[in-house]
Amino acid sequence: MSQAASRTSIAASAPRATGLMTLLVALLLTELLIQAGLINRFIVPPPSEVAKAFYRIVAQEHVFRRFLSTAAECFAAGVMLTLAGVSAGLLMQRFTLLQRAVETWVASIAAAPLVIMYPLFLVIFGRNALTIIMMGFISGLPPAILKTIEGISATRKVLINVGRSFNLTATQQFWKILFPAALPTIFVGVRLGLVFALINVVGTEFLISYGGLGALIADLAERYDLAGTYAAICFVILVSVLFFLALEKIERWLRPVD
Amino acid sequence: MNASGDAILVADRIAVRFDTAEGPITAVDDVSFKVRPGEFLSLIGPSGCGKSTLFNVIGGLLSQHDGIVSVAGETISGPHKSIGMVFQEESTFPWRNVTDNVAFPLELVGMPRDKRIERARRFISLVGLDGFENRYPGELSGGMRQRVALARTLASEPKILLMDEPFAALDEQTRLLLGDKVLQIQQQLKQTTLLITHNITEAVQMSDRILVMTYRPGRVKRIVDIDLPRPRSSAVVTSEAFGRYVAEIWNDLREEASRGMRDEESQVLHHHGSAP
Repeated sequence: MSQAASRTSIAASAPRATGLMTLLVALLLTELLIQAGLINRFIVPPPSEVAKAFYRIVAQEHVFRRFLSTAAECFAAGVMLTLAGVSAGLLMQRFTLLQRAVETWVASIAAAPLVIMYPLFLVIFGRNALTIIMMGFISGLPPAILKTIEGISATRKVLINVGRSFNLTATQQFWKILFPAALPTIFVGVRLGLVFALINVVGTEFLISYGGLGALIADLAERYDLAGTYAAICFVILVSVLFFLALEKIERWLRPVD
Repeated sequence: MNASGDAILVADRIAVRFDTAEGPITAVDDVSFKVRPGEFLSLIGPSGCGKSTLFNVIGGLLSQHDGIVSVAGETISGPHKSIGMVFQEESTFPWRNVTDNVAFPLELVGMPRDKRIERARRFISLVGLDGFENRYPGELSGGMRQRVALARTLASEPKILLMDEPFAALDEQTRLLLGDKVLQIQQQLKQTTLLITHNITEAVQMSDRILVMTYRPGRVKRIVDIDLPRPRSSAVVTSEAFGRYVAEIWNDLREEASRGMRDEESQVLHHHGSAP
């Protein structure tokens, strides 16, 4: 590797390395402050204890099974909210009356704390994974709908005119111009929807003590196993990271460059 | 002007009216002209003379108008495959690379992929973008993107190339050089071209004839034959004859542009009250 090339590769990895270093320094600082008695260890467990707790929650609390269960619920909610949200957004964008009639409602739902509706969902779907998936799905739906409408509506007029000048049919106009033009904004909606879905999936698991990581966090917190609770939260973050990486790959595949 | 004769494109008594908050406005009134096969005709006028409206009428994007547009004797009522449009605004597809942008019209007619890529490459080469086939528009300059848009339109092999101030957003030097490129392509393909512009230099540099329009309502003020030798390039701008044509057209346009400016000023005063 030439000197210039190695300089470039160092420059490219600098942000990631800085991020990692910042995290390590923050953890170290937290550890020191706790050990020095400046932070109460019964509120924030020392990072060293959290690290040790990983082994415990893997060996005793079946964290991988729970991780898979939460990830699967999130995946189901994500697929549902993408399909339903994008379709509903497209329909609303296509039919102005429908959009005018319900857009405000959708926006209101987006801002509402839907998680408090879990008793209703429990009654409808029972204490099972379906309730959790539906909570995730419903809470992630509004951003997917709203951003799809926004993406299609914001397509530049000149691109639509290019399509018209080439005599595109309505279907061609949609698939060849409107949809790819709106794709980045639609992905923003799906990403936001997934964030809401994950929060609500874990939140519902926590509230109804059923299934994956949320139920484990509730259980560990009740036992006052704070180190274990934080370690379990790290697995929730892992679910979110995995979904975002997958989504980024799909976006790049569908639209290589913005 | 009724009979199409040997003209490939005929605009016959085109008139366009718009309803605005201030009442109806006649943007274009009684505009008639013919374009002969292989001819380069420019339509020049001050801002507000309805140039872009005419572009939309001829391209079939605006159907609410009086009068008739016909291509090779066939009256058109919407976008027509014989007319290829190049827009003023940036119009490449950012999600497609240069090759796929240019191959777009070929994809629409169902041409097999390898064949359309080969054909697209030919047009990419024609606009001088060899080596950029796999680049995306976001990686190119404004001038290069406009050349991609031009290649995409040319790839559909239109009988008439219709351009609306395609270089308006570019700097003067790039504009002159791109003008060269368009001239070269037009001469090579014997491409019938109708250019809408407000730039006198550009119009004289490229055209066989220039149609000068009046300020609102846009009417044909005069048609000027440009008798400069072909093949031409941007070097022609240094010739004495070129200067004479520019001066002649500016004489026609100055009056119209001044009228447009006065009209705009009175509109501002009308909306915001007179100055203190």
